[in-house]
Amino acid sequence: MLSFVGLALATVQNQLGPDPVKQLALLTGNRGFQFLLLSLLISPLAQLLAAPYLIQWRRPAGLWAFYFLSLHLLVFAQGYIGWSWVILIEELIERPYISVGALAWVLLVPLALTSTRAARLKLGASWAILHRLVYVVAVLGCLHLIWQVRSDWINAGVYTLICVLIAGSRYRNALRF
Amino acid sequence: MNRRQFVKRAVGGSAALLAAQAVASNSSGLRDFDSYVSSKKSGWAVEAPDVLTPLENVTNYNNFYEFGMDKSDPAQYASAMTLDPWSIRVSSDGGKTVDVQFEDLLRAMDLEERIYRLRCVEAWSMVIPWLGFPLADLIRWLDPQENYRFVHFQTRYTRSEMRGTRSFSSVIDWPYQEALRMDEAMNTLSFIAVGLYGKSLPAQNGAPLRLVVPWKYGFKSIKSIASIHFTNRQPETSWQAIAPHEYGFYANVNPEVDHPRWSQRYERRLPSSLFNPNRIPTQMFNGYGEYVADLYKNLNLRRYY
Repeated sequence: MLSFVGLALATVQNQLGPDPVKQLALLTGNRGFQFLLLSLLISPLAQLLAAPYLIQWRRPAGLWAFYFLSLHLLVFAQGYIGWSWVILIEELIERPYISVGALAWVLLVPLALTSTRAARLKLGASWAILHRLVYVVAVLGCLHLIWQVRSDWINAGVYTLICVLIAGSRYRNALRF
Repeated sequence: MNRRQFVKRAVGGSAALLAAQAVASNSSGLRDFDSYVSSKKSGWAVEAPDVLTPLENVTNYNNFYEFGMDKSDPAQYASAMTLDPWSIRVSSDGGKTVDVQFEDLLRAMDLEERIYRLRCVEAWSMVIPWLGFPLADLIRWLDPQENYRFVHFQTRYTRSEMRGTRSFSSVIDWPYQEALRMDEAMNTLSFIAVGLYGKSLPAQNGAPLRLVVPWKYGFKSIKSIASIHFTNRQPETSWQAIAPHEYGFYANVNPEVDHPRWSQRYERRLPSSLFNPNRIPTQMFNGYGEYVADLYKNLNLRRYY
């Protein structure tokens, strides 16, 4: 929450430099992906440390990820394409990094909507299966970064490595339906 | 004091304050040039609706990967580059190689101010008052003897002074290099800048001398030139070597030919803000078609991007 207030203040006071659109897109995208990875890290960490109380942080982490990635989308719509459908469609067709990013956000929507306790109880066993979509989102997120590498791969490389490590640690779990 | 006087004084006062700040931020050894032809007299004044991008933005928002990937890295780290003395190695296919001292070169040139639009391939743009001389004047002074077809530039490469070049994850094959066809280089627009906003170039903007080719994407306007080579073979350029399907040799500003990463139809004219992104349509040849369109009349610009 604090980081959001900080961002909002910085935006209003024009402290993000001459190109705040780009800064905001970077900041919200990075923060969103970091929360997404954090939400994925919590289960293996809880298991590893035998600390089941950590699980309570999983849902807020996921929701913060959704929140920042939604902001990311809003910044894109406002700053990059000026809310133009024509340009949006063109970008989705021509630039795969944008289409995989958009798809990742779309897949997060049902996860955010079914994040309530009531939804979880109602969906029962299928809730867990549905929420494995988050791994697909993580893979799409990595693709979104890898496709944007220009002359330096460190950022995309580190995120992808973390994803691979998490996926590796959850591999056996994923097979259990 | 009536209201009008008051407003006048208030405006004057804040302008003086701004000027004082500008001088303070420039106290790191930038030199004043005694005499140069102003942009009004050189014929390259600001054209409405363009507005000059403030000095603070021009000097704090830079792509100079030798000093790091972030836009703020060059302003922070480029001061590590030794600017004095500065020599430029000049050579040609089959000709001899000479080292030209920057100071000698500067003495030989007549300085003028030119206000040009700068359009980055990343879809942002600025309007900058450069100080320098036509590249054609420099080439005539260097006197390459024969009629070569291309001129090839390299940026200074000093690992110990350029932290970005020490990054293990960078795929750029240093030194950075760029090139122009000779007729492009001799075009009236092609310019060598040694200053901006009336003073010498700050390190992050490519001190002590850089190319400015305003009808091409910014990466063609190579910074901190350390060598110039005249050749008949089309040289390989840095971005083309990294991703040939993304960056071509010509890199002319062209809203009709998209870059795979960025639509080139619009640009954000800086400074922009979230609520007013200042998106404007990009013009063919960045609006300089009357000077350069003839260079490409027999060239398929979609193929030779």
